[in-house]
Amino acid sequence: MNAKTPSRLEKILRAGHLAVTSECGPPRGSDIGHLAAKAEAIRRHVDAINVTDNQTSVCRLCSLAACIRLKLMGLEPVLQMVVRDRNRIALQSDILGAASFDIHNILCLSGDHQRFGDHAQGQNVFDLDSMQLLQTVRRMRDEGRFLGGDPIERPPAMFVGAAANPFADPFEIRVPRLAKKIAAGAEFIQTQCIYNVERFERWMQGVRDRGLHEKAFILAGVTPLKSAGMARYMKNKVPGMDVPEEVVKRMAGVPKDRQAEEGIAICIETLQRLKEVPGVAGFHIMAIEWEERVPEIVERAGLAPRPAVA
Amino acid sequence: MRLGYPESVKIIRVPCTGKVDALHLLRCFERGADGVLVVGCREGDCHYQSGNFRARKRVGEVGALLERIGVGGGRVRMVNLSSSDAPLFVRAAREFHEAVLAAGPNPVGRRRRPEPAPARAGAPNPPPQEAIRP
Amino acid sequence: MIVAERKPIEEILPWLEGVRSVLVLGCNECVTVCEAGGKKEVGLLASALRMVFAQQGREVNVGERTLERQCDPEYLDELRDSIDAYDAVVSLACGVGIQFTAERYPSKAVYPGVNTCFMGAALERGVWAERCQGCGQCLLALTGAVCPVARCAKRLFNGPCGGSTAGKCEIGPDVECAWQRIIDRLKALGRLADYETLIPVKDWSKDRAGGPRKVVREDVRS
Repeated sequence: MNAKTPSRLEKILRAGHLAVTSECGPPRGSDIGHLAAKAEAIRRHVDAINVTDNQTSVCRLCSLAACIRLKLMGLEPVLQMVVRDRNRIALQSDILGAASFDIHNILCLSGDHQRFGDHAQGQNVFDLDSMQLLQTVRRMRDEGRFLGGDPIERPPAMFVGAAANPFADPFEIRVPRLAKKIAAGAEFIQTQCIYNVERFERWMQGVRDRGLHEKAFILAGVTPLKSAGMARYMKNKVPGMDVPEEVVKRMAGVPKDRQAEEGIAICIETLQRLKEVPGVAGFHIMAIEWEERVPEIVERAGLAPRPAVA
Repeated sequence: MRLGYPESVKIIRVPCTGKVDALHLLRCFERGADGVLVVGCREGDCHYQSGNFRARKRVGEVGALLERIGVGGGRVRMVNLSSSDAPLFVRAAREFHEAVLAAGPNPVGRRRRPEPAPARAGAPNPPPQEAIRP
Repeated sequence: MIVAERKPIEEILPWLEGVRSVLVLGCNECVTVCEAGGKKEVGLLASALRMVFAQQGREVNVGERTLERQCDPEYLDELRDSIDAYDAVVSLACGVGIQFTAERYPSKAVYPGVNTCFMGAALERGVWAERCQGCGQCLLALTGAVCPVARCAKRLFNGPCGGSTAGKCEIGPDVECAWQRIIDRLKALGRLADYETLIPVKDWSKDRAGGPRKVVREDVRS
C-alpha cells in the first residue's frame, strides 16, 4: 500500500510496522514549555504524538498551536479536532492552518459534552458530527474542495483518523459503527483505553469478520493506571469505560506506594496480549500526565526501537 | 368525649383533602387567615387512593411559596389522622394554634379581600379546609 | 406542545416596582396543558402578587385574564377594551404569546411570567420531555422516528458517541441515549442494516441558524 500523504505515521503503518503513538494535553495557560518537554521526553519512543483538543471540555491552549510547536521541534503531531466547539467554517479553516505547517495527521472526534468541563454554561456547536468531519477532511484532501464546493489551493495532505470505543453501548453496533467511520474516510483508528482484553478481542473478531482491519489501521489504546483510586474512578465514573473488577482488585491488592508500578506492569502485560491479537496495527499509549513513563512502557513491551522511515 | 380545641379554629369541610387546591390555600392567606391546617386521612386510608398524598405535596408547595413571599411557610401545615381520632385532632389543632400564635399575625393583613376577578377569569370562591382566626 | 416553567416570583417582582395595576395574562393552549400558564397558574401568581403588594403597603390592582391563545390576533383583540386599565402585563404564555401580546399593544410593558423551555410531550403527569427543536428539515424517516437533533446532547447524526452507557447519555443517568433508542427502533422495524447509511451533512439554513423563519401558505392566505 502506498502512502497517500507525507505522514510518517502512515508510512510506518503501511510498511507493516506496529506503530506507537502517544498523546500530550496542552497547558491551561500560554506557557507551552511543559508540553514541549513532555513531547521531547518521548521523542525517540513514539512515531507520532496526539495533541488533545480541550479534552473533557476544559479550556486549554489550542491543539493547533501546540501541534505547530511540536512540528517545529521536528516531531510528528496528530491534530485532534472535536466538532463540539467549531462550525464547518472554523473546522475547515483550522485544517488549512494545520496544513500550512505541514501537519499531516488528524483525528476527528465528537468531543466530550461541555457539561464535564469548566464552561458548562457554554453553547455547543455540533454543526457536523465526527463522521461528517471525516468526510470533510477526505473531501478537502482527495477532491481538493471545501464542503461548500469551492476548490482549495494546495489541499491539506492529512492522514485521517478516528476514535473507536469497543466498550460503549450498544455493543452490537460497535463494529457497524467502525465500518461507518471507515466508510466516512477514516484510515487509522485509535481505540478507547483497553482494560478488558477479552471484550476487545470479541470486538476485533467482529472487525476481522468484516475485513475492516484491512481497510484501516487499528491502534489499540492503553492507559497505565496510577492507583487503585484511579482504577475505581475509571470504572465507575467515566462513561463508556470498561475496567474489569479483577483489574481494580489487582491494583488495590498492592500497597499504595507500589500501585503505580503495578499499573505500569498491567499496561505492559496488556500491550503484550494486544500484540497477539490479529488485526492490531499498533498502539496508542495515553499516559495522562505521566508521559515520562512512556519510554519505559514502550521498551518493556518490546516496541523499541522505533523504525526509521524515509 | 367533650374535647375542646381553640375557638379561633374555623372548620371547613371538604370531601377529601385531594380537593384542596393550592389556590384555595393561597386565597385563605390573601383574606387574612393566620394559618391553615389541612387535616387529611391517614396515609394509605384515602378513599380516593391518593388524595391526601396530593394534598401533602400541594401544602409543601404552598408553604415554600409563602416563605418566599414573606408570609411564612410555617403557616400552612398538614396532618393525617382518622376521623374517629378526636384526641389526635385536638392535639394537632392546639399545637398548630400555638405555632401560629408564635408566628404572629399574617403580614398580609386581615381585612384584605382578593380583587374581584374579571368576568372571564377567576375560580369560584374556594372552600379552604381550616382557617384559624385568633 | 410548547413546554414552559413558571418563573420564580422573585424574578418577576422587580419589574413591577411602581406599577399601580398589573394584568396577569394566561393562555389556554400549551402552557395550560403543561401547568405553567393557564387559568390556575394565573390565579396562583395573582394571589401571591397581591399578598406581596399588601405587605409592601401598596395598592396595586392585580387583574386576572386567560385568553384562548396569545399567538393569534383575534384572541388578543379581546383585551382591547380592558388593557388600558393596566400599567403592565405579566404574560404566562410561551415566548411567542408574550411577544405577540407586546406587538399587539405596543405601549404596554409586557413581562414574562414563565421560562419557555422546549417542544415536548408529557411522559406522565408532571413530567415533560423534549422531542423537537423545529430544525425545519425533518429527518425522522432516517432515524426510526427518534430525533437526534432534539434528543442527543451532541445532536449527532451518526451516533452514538463513545459515552453511551446502558442506554443512558454521558451527560447524566437521567438522560436517555437517543442513539440507543434509534438503534432499538431500527431493530424493531427490521431495519438495523440502515444504521450503516451515513447521514449526510445537515443543511442548517432551515434551522434558527438561517435567521428568523416564516412559513407562508399562499393557498390559504387571506
